[in-house]
Amino acid sequence: MQPFTELTAVAAPLPLANVDTDKIIPARFLKTIKRSGLGKSLFAGLRYDDQGGERPEFVLNQEPFRGAEILIAHENFGCGSSREHAPWALLDFGIRCVIAPSFADIFHGNCFKNGILPVVQPRSVCDQLMEDARLGANARITVDLGRQVIVRPSGEEIPFSIDPFRRHMLLHGLDEIGQTMQRTAAIDTYEAARMSAKPWMPTISA
Amino acid sequence: MSAIRPRTLFDKIWDDHVVERLEDETCLLYIDRHLVHEVTSPQAFEGLRMSGRRVRAPQATIAVVDHNVPTSDRRQGIKEPESRLQVETLEENVAEFGVPFFPVLDPRQGIVHIIGPEQGISLPGMTIVCGDSHTSTHGALGALAFGIGTSEVEHVLATQTLLQKPAKNMLVEVNGTLPPGCTAKDVVLAIIGKIGTAGGNGHVIEYAGSVIRALDMAGRLTVCNMSIEGGARAGLIAPDQTTFDYIEGRPYAPKGEDFDRAVAYWKTLPSDPGAHYDTIVRLDGSEIAPMVTWGTSPEAVLPITGAVPDPAEVEDEATRAQMQRMLDYMGLTAGTKLTDIPVDVVFVGSCTNARIEDLRAAAAVARGRKVAANVRALIVPGSGLVKLQAEAEGLAQIFLDAGFEWREPGCSMCLAMNPDKLMPGQRCASTSNRNFEGRQGQGGRTHLVSPAMAAAAAVTGHLTDIRELV
Ligand code: SF4
Repeated sequence: MQPFTELTAVAAPLPLANVDTDKIIPARFLKTIKRSGLGKSLFAGLRYDDQGGERPEFVLNQEPFRGAEILIAHENFGCGSSREHAPWALLDFGIRCVIAPSFADIFHGNCFKNGILPVVQPRSVCDQLMEDARLGANARITVDLGRQVIVRPSGEEIPFSIDPFRRHMLLHGLDEIGQTMQRTAAIDTYEAARMSAKPWMPTISA
Repeated sequence: MSAIRPRTLFDKIWDDHVVERLEDETCLLYIDRHLVHEVTSPQAFEGLRMSGRRVRAPQATIAVVDHNVPTSDRRQGIKEPESRLQVETLEENVAEFGVPFFPVLDPRQGIVHIIGPEQGISLPGMTIVCGDSHTSTHGALGALAFGIGTSEVEHVLATQTLLQKPAKNMLVEVNGTLPPGCTAKDVVLAIIGKIGTAGGNGHVIEYAGSVIRALDMAGRLTVCNMSIEGGARAGLIAPDQTTFDYIEGRPYAPKGEDFDRAVAYWKTLPSDPGAHYDTIVRLDGSEIAPMVTWGTSPEAVLPITGAVPDPAEVEDEATRAQMQRMLDYMGLTAGTKLTDIPVDVVFVGSCTNARIEDLRAAAAVARGRKVAANVRALIVPGSGLVKLQAEAEGLAQIFLDAGFEWREPGCSMCLAMNPDKLMPGQRCASTSNRNFEGRQGQGGRTHLVSPAMAAAAAVTGHLTDIRELV
């Protein structure tokens, strides 16, 4: 996983609440067995018309937001399905950070696993940042995970906080599975104890 | 110490599965059951392969194909090449990694959240995960069951554990008695209408109260299924005699003395008196009416006796704009009586409502009636076994006589990854769980209802108050 340390980039304002995973990537694009290549289908319903042409009014079809690496949205971003295709599509498009007043739980967790930083900020701050973002290419926003601050184009700093564990993993781009595999002895011990405590536990064979 | 602190059902299952407590409350949590389907697993198996890892506990894992499979002419295989590739990829992966699997022509094949309980694979007190948000369904048995992303699927395959932080506890108590015509689906839609789609964020919901206790297992599965639509990652119902009776005799359930020992353990699971809940919500079940959604979010829901709401009456500008967007997408005008909304398609199916009890409820309405002209109505059983039972009970014939299509099991029009899709602009009364834009096909419009309400819409051609048909 690519580490996330500090990002200075164009931010795209998406003033919508309850952006669900079907909106982020509709189900018809899930028939892939790969992680890559989903960026072109990101927000397909909002981004393209029925003939597949771009809708000019949609923010990611406008300059400089085509190159946005930060997305700012409203409440409950990422609700709906558990599909990791949603963060994969964001990442493949180039989004490395989403700022919103709240996130749906599974999506929030999935972001960290893919090197995307979800940052929670009050609605009023998100609205302010959207105003900043609308200034376009000259108004880059910085997200510094090391210092846990967002730096507005004016230079004003807004603090945020991320779980220490997740922050550590993200800063160093660590592979969670590799970390857990180092605890195999503890898992073995647990399994043995479980076996004697719940000898009735059935196993599955097809 | 912690031993005497009264604990919730969630707390007990959690504590029982902690392998190791790490920093800042994060725990390494042991997973008892891992359900796998074709859409969210290919990249996980690929990850294992690339890092030379194996599946740690195949005997705790079950794989099935459901999302992509066609619901007609199965024996001819899958025509759509990308769907076929996903299904074939799963077939190759389970063979390579030794994972138990129900293939598409096996009668036990079905929607992953239908077959877990049906086979006795999902049991009380377990931790159950699947790369699918509706894993919350299995919580109806008193298991901690939640959806995970593909990275976590890979993590569980490799280690049989997950890194998790405990959720907050939320109690949703529904007391009183449900009025006639109201079902578990109406209860859960009413709950979501009350708490909103973000209401349960960060929480695990425990459902309690006389209405929940009185539900059969099918109804409880329906309620827990839609916990995710209320923003909660998991829903739970304390196991009781209804639960034990449901489990006994299922293929993968413990047998004989083992069953008795298991029940003795399961009886220790219900929340202790005085256990702490971070949030408590109460509903009066007697006030619930048959429900229907009018918008593109499950919280946009009203009793069928209502009318399409008017955005002009909403103060908050963003909410008003969002409501207007919903009405535009749904092709609805404020003030229209919900019962005046015509439908083009009716879908009875999905992990919310495709168990035998759901089909019986729909058949009771369909019996002796005809599907309205210009309405296409599909019945998609949740599993091959549900299908066989419905045929044995004569339900299939009732549906066929009434003009419904009788299909093979799978997710089908719940998310339209297979050929069962709405056309742009088509309006559907659906027993599934999501009414998001395009969920049932690009441009399709979804009204979420109970199976009885769906059948009622099929025979009248418009959204209908079921109480006027029975
Ligand atoms: S039936 Fe629908 S909600 Fe359930 S698992 Fe299938 S696609 Fe998901």
